Amino acid sequence: MVQRELVEKKRWMTNEEFIEEWAVAQVLPGPNVINLALMFGGRHFGLRGAMVSLAGILTIPLLVVLTLAFTYSQFSHYPAVVGALRGMAAVAGGLIAATGLKLLNSLRKHPLGFRACLGIGLLCFIAVALIRLPLVYVLLVLGTTGIGLTYRKLN
Amino acid sequence: MNEVLSLQMGWPQWLQLFLHFLVLSLLSVGGAISTAPDMHRYLVDQQNWLTDSQFNTAIAIAQASPGPNVLFVALMGWQIGLNNGGLLTGLLGTFITMLGILLPSTTLTYSAARWSHDNRDKRAVRAFKLGMAILVPALLISTAWLLVSAYANPSTDWPLWLTALVATLIVWKTRTHILGLLGMGALLGALGIL
Repeated sequence: MVQRELVEKKRWMTNEEFIEEWAVAQVLPGPNVINLALMFGGRHFGLRGAMVSLAGILTIPLLVVLTLAFTYSQFSHYPAVVGALRGMAAVAGGLIAATGLKLLNSLRKHPLGFRACLGIGLLCFIAVALIRLPLVYVLLVLGTTGIGLTYRKLN
Repeated sequence: MNEVLSLQMGWPQWLQLFLHFLVLSLLSVGGAISTAPDMHRYLVDQQNWLTDSQFNTAIAIAQASPGPNVLFVALMGWQIGLNNGGLLTGLLGTFITMLGILLPSTTLTYSAARWSHDNRDKRAVRAFKLGMAILVPALLISTAWLLVSAYANPSTDWPLWLTALVATLIVWKTRTHILGLLGMGALLGALGIL
C-alpha cells in the first residue's frame, strides 16, 4: 500500500529507490513504515521534513485507535463484542504469521542457504515463543551468530 | 479490555516501563510487532501490569484499525494507564510507551539511513542486514503464536486455532482483502462460534 502511494501514484520515488529504502527500513529497529517516512522526509527536507513525516503518519491513526479502544471498553460487557474481538485476534494472529511466512520465502536467496536460516529461525521461535526468554539475549546470541556467519560467507 | 486492574504505579515503575520500551525499540528489527512476545513476557507475566486479554485486545484493535501497527504499543500504554486509575494516567501511559518505542529507533534510523545508503556495498553492512533478516520471520511467527495461545485450552479453543491457521493460509497464498478477513473473524466470534 505504501509502495502504491509513494511510487505509483505520487511518483515521489522510483521502484528501485523504494526497494532499497524499504530493505533498510526493515532491518533497522523500529516500525518500518515509520522508518520509511523518516528516511524519505529526511532525505528531501532534512530534519524538519523527517519530523513532519513522523507526525503525519502517527497523529490521525493514533486518535482513531484510541477512539476504537474507548468504544470497545464501553461495550465490552456484551459477550458478542468480546467474542468479535476474540475472532479478530485469531485473524490478526493469522495475518502476522502469514507476513512471517512470506518473508521466510525471501530467505531462499540468503548466502547462508535456506536450511541454515530455517535452523536459526527455529531456534529463535523456540527461545522466544516457547521458552519465552528475554528478547535481548536471544537477539544478542542468535543475531550475532547470524551476522558473523553471513560475514564469513560474503566475499 | 473488559476487566480493569487496580494498580498504583509510582514514578519508579513508570520509569521502568519507559526504560524497557527504550530497549525494545532498539531490538525491534522487523517492526515493533516483533518485540510483542517480550512485551508480553514483561508486562503480563513479570510485572502483571496488563492481563492476557488486555494485551490481546490491544493488538487486535491496532491490527484492525488503519495506520502503522506500532499503535498497539500506544494502546498497551493507554490500558496500563487505565489500570492505574483514569484517563489522565491513560494519556501518560500512551505518551511514555510511544516515546519509549519511537525515540531510539527514529534517532538511529535518521542518522543511520544516510550512512548505510552511502556504505551499502560494504561487507559489514551487508552482513548486518542479511544476518538480522534471518530472525525477522521467526519473530513474527512467535508473535502470532502468543496472540493465539493466550486462549490455550486445546479442548475448547481449537476453533480459534483453526481460524488463525486458515487466516494464515489465506493471507499467505491469496490476495484477499485483509479487512474482509478481520470482519469474518469478528462475525464468527460475535456469533459465539469461536
